[in-house]
Amino acid sequence: MLKLKKGVLLIDQHDKNYMYGGKFGGNFIPETLKKPIEDLTNLFGKLRYDNNFIKERDYYFKNYVGAPTPFIKLENLTKYLGGAQVYAKVVSKANGGAHKIYNAVVHALICKRAGKKYIVGDTGAGYAGKMLSMAAKKFGLKCKIFMGAKDIKRQKPNCEAMRKNGAEIVPVYSGSQTLVDAVSECMRYWVSNCDTTHMAVGSTVGPNIFIKICAWSTAQISRELIVQFKEEFGGVPKKLKLINCVGGGSSAAGFWNEFIDYNKSQVELIGVEAGGPKNSKLHAAPLTFGSKIGILHGAAQYVIQDKDGQIGKTSSISAGLDYPGISPLHCFLKDTKRARYTSASDEESLQAYKLVSELEDLSPSLEPSHAFAEAIKITPKLSKDTVICVNSCGDAKKDRAIITKRLGFFR
Amino acid sequence: MISKISLAFSQCKKENRPALLTYTVAGDNTKKKSLEILNAIAPHVDILEIGIPHNTPVADGGQIQTSAYRAIKNGIKVKDIFQIVQQFKKNSLNKPVILMGYYNIIFQQGEKSFLKHCKRSGVDGLIVVDLPWPENKNFASKCKKQSINFIQLLSPTTSDIRMKKIIKESHDMVYYISMLSTTGGTLKVSAKEILKNYNKIKKINPKQNVVIGFGITEKTISSLTDADGLVVGSALCKAISNALSRGTNPVRMAENMVKKLRSKII
Repeated sequence: MLKLKKGVLLIDQHDKNYMYGGKFGGNFIPETLKKPIEDLTNLFGKLRYDNNFIKERDYYFKNYVGAPTPFIKLENLTKYLGGAQVYAKVVSKANGGAHKIYNAVVHALICKRAGKKYIVGDTGAGYAGKMLSMAAKKFGLKCKIFMGAKDIKRQKPNCEAMRKNGAEIVPVYSGSQTLVDAVSECMRYWVSNCDTTHMAVGSTVGPNIFIKICAWSTAQISRELIVQFKEEFGGVPKKLKLINCVGGGSSAAGFWNEFIDYNKSQVELIGVEAGGPKNSKLHAAPLTFGSKIGILHGAAQYVIQDKDGQIGKTSSISAGLDYPGISPLHCFLKDTKRARYTSASDEESLQAYKLVSELEDLSPSLEPSHAFAEAIKITPKLSKDTVICVNSCGDAKKDRAIITKRLGFFR
Repeated sequence: MISKISLAFSQCKKENRPALLTYTVAGDNTKKKSLEILNAIAPHVDILEIGIPHNTPVADGGQIQTSAYRAIKNGIKVKDIFQIVQQFKKNSLNKPVILMGYYNIIFQQGEKSFLKHCKRSGVDGLIVVDLPWPENKNFASKCKKQSINFIQLLSPTTSDIRMKKIIKESHDMVYYISMLSTTGGTLKVSAKEILKNYNKIKKINPKQNVVIGFGITEKTISSLTDADGLVVGSALCKAISNALSRGTNPVRMAENMVKKLRSKII
């Protein structure tokens, strides 16, 4: 069995080939990208230990993102479910309405340090794109966002925000017209423009350096949480479960970062993938349903694919989770058994949204609604001294049309 | 033993012209049609690259993507690709064939099994777009043991030190990517600039066969005839797409284009 190292950041637990556990990640990239990726790796390698850069990051996290985001008890939900105490880390209160702002701000700062004026990124739910467009506007960068044509239709409010921020949205019509194709097209654009343009991959996927930058950025979530636990409980609770949705896996990587070294009998990490429509064979849950390791977007990972190695079709009500692969970091956490992965169907997630938004002053987007679905499932079975914390990493405004159509209301 | 790839280059050198390499996608638009295309263009081509279609090709532009998606949609599988090569080699045993694709296809089959199938069907070389040096060292040496050429790629972003190391470990041919682009982009740098980089590579090892690809069309090919070889891919895929959308014969269309290309380099 693969083993995690203690006292070493998860993102740094790779070998010289940038592989985690010798199996996941790496840099499976065209020759043209070798140099730009090496340059970025060197630059970030310096910046992450540069006090001025850290100060700058923390300044913008505090004064622009609005750190720390709230940590609240969901008292009504706790009472309703009976069992464990349910809390939420309301990351959706961050500027822009989701965790994607952390990665976007850090990439914009790196882009400036690299002396580049153009920044490009991919997006699924539109949050990564919206946040990158915000950060680009804030730091005076020209921004292009690649987005699947299907996602442009289903996530309109975020597209409007991107355009308002002055970003160009490039619709991607190839393949399934969702996130997987947006990432491919963005990488293609970078192959052609890597001399002038910085690329920001929107999640903890892609060549190793993008996984690192993203998880390093979202780690802010768990740094805040550690402090908030201390304030609320005097320390990290003795029985804690951290539940997070996983698509690419960026919010979960950040939510869990500070807790990896804890014993799993104290801090259980639960990742919830997109199970897709109830009566469909399609899903976006490669870990839950045992997909094989393959190469997608420059990294080895568990990925939905056929026997030949063609990437498989996915389906999810949540555009942000609708991705055939999953971060190599999560593959590594799965194989080391540090985290447990399961899935929630479209319908379960909608029901979770319904219950949470009815009982609490919280309107989680369809992505964290997957995490809430799992919380709702397990809470009644757990003891009263167990603390469940769900990362409510996105706001439902972008999902208004889908939720209204499926549930007949929107809160 | 001298490889068929090396022999093809020596022959071209005797004729004082660059080698013409083509790239078409296996199974585009059907298994049968793509074999017919190979058979029709082979007499005018020195080395044939056959693309293994993949549905998330991060280094390919629109034309090759269209061909690849079309082939996959029409049901092409990896086993069919080896059959295409085998069939092709029945008539053209000495014409070198290079398979070009993405690593996941090889990884799923298993490197050993993939190479066994290559050997059995008569594949002469492999280009794996997303398995750069030094990550490809291990696989490249496995290829060498099977007398299959592993073809290294170089690009305008490849540093001088890296270039030297790659060339040192290369087999009978290296592939220079003309510009920062996916396949099929408009040639955005001058022929002079491309040849400057090309000559830098040749200087490191004058004996190495170096081909130039990306952005090579009927229009641009004659400006680069100083190279050991020139690869035309997207332009051909586009011709096939055009023929299909007009309802004309893609085999003739491809053959005519290849004839024209050849006339421009001799």
